[in-house]
Amino acid sequence: MATVLVPTPLRRLTGGQSKLTVAGGTVGALLHSLDTQYPGLKDKVFDGDGNVKRFINVFLNDDEIRTLQGLDTPVTDNDKVSIVPAMAGGQA
Amino acid sequence: MTRLNRDQLVQLAKSEIEEISAHQLKQMLDARQAITLVDIRERDEFVQGHLPAAKFIPRGFLELQIEQHQPDRDQPVVLYCAGGVRSALAARNLKEMGYTQVISLIGGFNSWKNAGFNFKIPTVLTEDQRIRYSRHTLLGEVGDAGQIKLLESKVLLIGAGGLGSPAALYLAAAGVGTLGIVDFDNVDASNLQRQILHGMKDVGRPKVDSAGDRLRDLNPDVRVVAHREPITSANALEIVRQYDIVLNGSDNFPTRYLVNDACQFLGKPLVDASIFMFEGQVTVYMPANNTLGYAAGPCYRCLYPDPPPPGEVPSCAEAGVLGVLPGIVGSIQAVEAIKLILGKGESLIGRLLMIDTLDMSFRTLNVQKDLTCPVCGDHPTVTELIDYEQFCGLPSRNEARQADRELVTA
Repeated sequence: MATVLVPTPLRRLTGGQSKLTVAGGTVGALLHSLDTQYPGLKDKVFDGDGNVKRFINVFLNDDEIRTLQGLDTPVTDNDKVSIVPAMAGGQA
Repeated sequence: MTRLNRDQLVQLAKSEIEEISAHQLKQMLDARQAITLVDIRERDEFVQGHLPAAKFIPRGFLELQIEQHQPDRDQPVVLYCAGGVRSALAARNLKEMGYTQVISLIGGFNSWKNAGFNFKIPTVLTEDQRIRYSRHTLLGEVGDAGQIKLLESKVLLIGAGGLGSPAALYLAAAGVGTLGIVDFDNVDASNLQRQILHGMKDVGRPKVDSAGDRLRDLNPDVRVVAHREPITSANALEIVRQYDIVLNGSDNFPTRYLVNDACQFLGKPLVDASIFMFEGQVTVYMPANNTLGYAAGPCYRCLYPDPPPPGEVPSCAEAGVLGVLPGIVGSIQAVEAIKLILGKGESLIGRLLMIDTLDMSFRTLNVQKDLTCPVCGDHPTVTELIDYEQFCGLPSRNEARQADRELVTA
């Protein structure tokens, strides 16, 4: 099983869970499959064309998936998939 | 045991080592020969002028420290003192350590100076500074030269809030000579849970004033420059241009894109960080034309080409933030800025540090330069500052100055 690391802004869709354990496949299939259990997650990550939104980066372990095989990047057991959205906080 | 007087010992030393004249040394330096040049005089002599390329190791420490500067015993080492006597004696000691090419400068610094060759009068720490920064100067990575670099450096902080507070305090304590602060906000009681620059007595005061008082009290060496205005496309280049490094602690997307673009256009390294609830992100964006000599890394737009639509990503004002979190993240920004100034260590260029204080995990993710990036890519399409409110889907600054103002304050 692979682990999906959920960023804080999306945790309200996962009941506050920061780590989800999901069966492998590809990064794309894995992220889509999460939507069954956590409805709305898919819409937060993907745009209307099925691409990862441009203010979100998805990493397989330490590397951004665009530098791998994108959403087709295979995920194997013990891999970590991180969803990293832009955050703006700091000053206020 | 042979008994030698002073002159006999010097003669013996000179017979065992090689000596060169100031003109020969000049030729070697001009030809860029790989030599380790060491000034072995005492500090008070060194600070009055030294050869520009010389490392300073007083004779009393020479044998103890030479390996830090040149461990290879077969590389040439040139020593000089004031007149050529101490350096001859010292050279003989290095020969005993196995250095095969130890050379002493005939006539020492005086002969160099009398020949009319260029020398440098170094900036030195004052007696008060030697005491204040002694824990820094003890570190090989800092030393006197590094501390002087810090004192001569200029760092701009975008925001004197959650991230800016710890960053400014530690940079001031570290002796960063000029700290610019851009912030047009006033201190509010709800800031004090995390913005440790400010206190109860400051509520209602401009943050730049409160910050200036605190930082000057902490370290009178620091010049605090207050920019009490919002940073906009109209003033960003003019402000950023005055500094060596920028620390971003802003709280909104338009400012993040603006500061990124301004730093890219001006070649200024940007130590970027953001926080949300219990989570933080830190990285360093290094532009191609930076003056620090670093290879270019990705920029903010490589990571996040488009901003989220307004309202999609909640702000700290809406969702909250653990007060200690900016303390950690802003301190890491200060560390990165200091490393860049000193030119030491491995910076966060091309790496995104993710901090989650709930499970207390620190992870670094690799981020790559995007060759199609509109600002730093191969064929840039954004070559000047734009309307960043409009870019972020917000009312334009010109159209709704007041609405925008409230948004930036949020």
